Amino acid sequence: MSYTSDEMMTIAAAGTLGDGAVCFVGIGLPSTAANLARRLHAPSLVLIYEAGAVGAKPDRLPLSIGDGILGETADAVVSVPEIFNYWLQPGRIDVGFLGAAQIDKFGNINTTVVGDYANPKVRLPGAGGAPEIAASAKEVLVIVRQNRRAFVEKVDFVTSVGYGDGAGFRERLGLPGRGPVKVITDLGILEPDPSSRELTLTAIHPGVTLDQVREATGWELKVAADLQTTAEPTDEQLSALRALKEAS
Amino acid sequence: MAQLLTLPDAVRDLVHDGDTVALEGFTHLIPVAAGQEIIRQGRRDLTLVRMTPDIVYDQLIGAGCARKLIFSWGGNPGVGSLHRFRDAVEHAWPVPLEIEEHSHAGMANRYVAGASGLPFAVLRGYVGTDLVNQTDTIKPITCPFTGEKLTAVPAINPDVTVIHAQRADRAGNVQIWGLLGVQKEAVLAAKRSLVTVEEIVESLDPKPGAITIPSWAVTAVAEVPGGSHPSYAQDYSERDNDYYQAWDAISRDRETFTAWLKENVA
Repeated sequence: MSYTSDEMMTIAAAGTLGDGAVCFVGIGLPSTAANLARRLHAPSLVLIYEAGAVGAKPDRLPLSIGDGILGETADAVVSVPEIFNYWLQPGRIDVGFLGAAQIDKFGNINTTVVGDYANPKVRLPGAGGAPEIAASAKEVLVIVRQNRRAFVEKVDFVTSVGYGDGAGFRERLGLPGRGPVKVITDLGILEPDPSSRELTLTAIHPGVTLDQVREATGWELKVAADLQTTAEPTDEQLSALRALKEAS
Repeated sequence: MAQLLTLPDAVRDLVHDGDTVALEGFTHLIPVAAGQEIIRQGRRDLTLVRMTPDIVYDQLIGAGCARKLIFSWGGNPGVGSLHRFRDAVEHAWPVPLEIEEHSHAGMANRYVAGASGLPFAVLRGYVGTDLVNQTDTIKPITCPFTGEKLTAVPAINPDVTVIHAQRADRAGNVQIWGLLGVQKEAVLAAKRSLVTVEEIVESLDPKPGAITIPSWAVTAVAEVPGGSHPSYAQDYSERDNDYYQAWDAISRDRETFTAWLKENVA
């Protein structure tokens, strides 16, 4: 089957979620990928949505963070303070799954403003649950379309911390989680370099060239010595994704 | 004991110019009709509080009711930007809008502190973010027992909190179920509270997962069927996703918005 770059991204992101993991999910691309994973290799994936749904099992994609289908299918429905205080803060979340408007080479995320805070070029929605998810989830996955507007050398505003200014930053600040372990895009997958923490291209999607990825990145992109090519999506994966989207 | 009032009377009695007002609701049970009544009655200089300001806050801001917004995520969920909010922040239209910006965890804890009668809340949050640099309402604090560095945020105690619920009985006891958001905390943190409900019933039958806010902790209850539209009330209505889509075009342009406001709210 032929497929789009967005389908490739979503399937690659779904593939990174292990069965049985407890996953704090943002709406949009993260939610699509997490729900796809539940339908494929990870039927026991636990989905937690910040509106208060713990263990949601929607049979279609929720259109908003508080979609009725989340509460109706959840193992438990809890208040918003409880979600953050009892479930996220103590380290019960294995994977925080985030999107981004801007991301920089150390995986810091901006969803607040483009330009100066007091005099913004573009006012974005803001932080939502992301800062504490990025700090307290055991690890973080980011799913974002790769282009120069989004992939910048340094974000205009740090809404959610990745690796700050590089190695040792999270440790100095005492942030409990490991930080972003993978950034999955429509062109490939980036992972933090083990020593510098700079996001490095470790996999490229089939049919994408290195020049394309470099062109879409706002800093001088480092490429792993053993650069992998992502597996082509299978017919089963594509059918499951399309069925999920149609049901919505 | 909560008074049973009509919506116009309740807003007239409870919401005053210059008040700090929280209309809470996390996608589910958003008190939209009450927000539009505040616009209709021409309230000004409000400090609006809400974790997730969405369409009804866009309407209040565009109508010039607010001078300040305290929030953690301001968008049209599943659609994109709030254009009236952006126009106010980016171009001070129709009036300048001061903002005080937090994360969800911080806002939720500020309400918990407010409901608990405490001056501040403690959480593990905000560290390393630029949010800390934009407000004096996020401060480091050291745990007196372990020495751990944590973050303190001040309580929120609105002059009035407005929420929407499924139902109340004739005595004004309020019953809410489904996704509960931060509504109970927002009501208990406030000096006055107004609950609009889908219906007033003789007695409140048990419902799985439901909470009750007792009548004596609520100032006023108003029966407003469909009062959360285009949001929804579980077991009463479905979210009107088309309305959220349509709002994008209505709100994008000042003139279109103003015409919409005249026709639909004034």
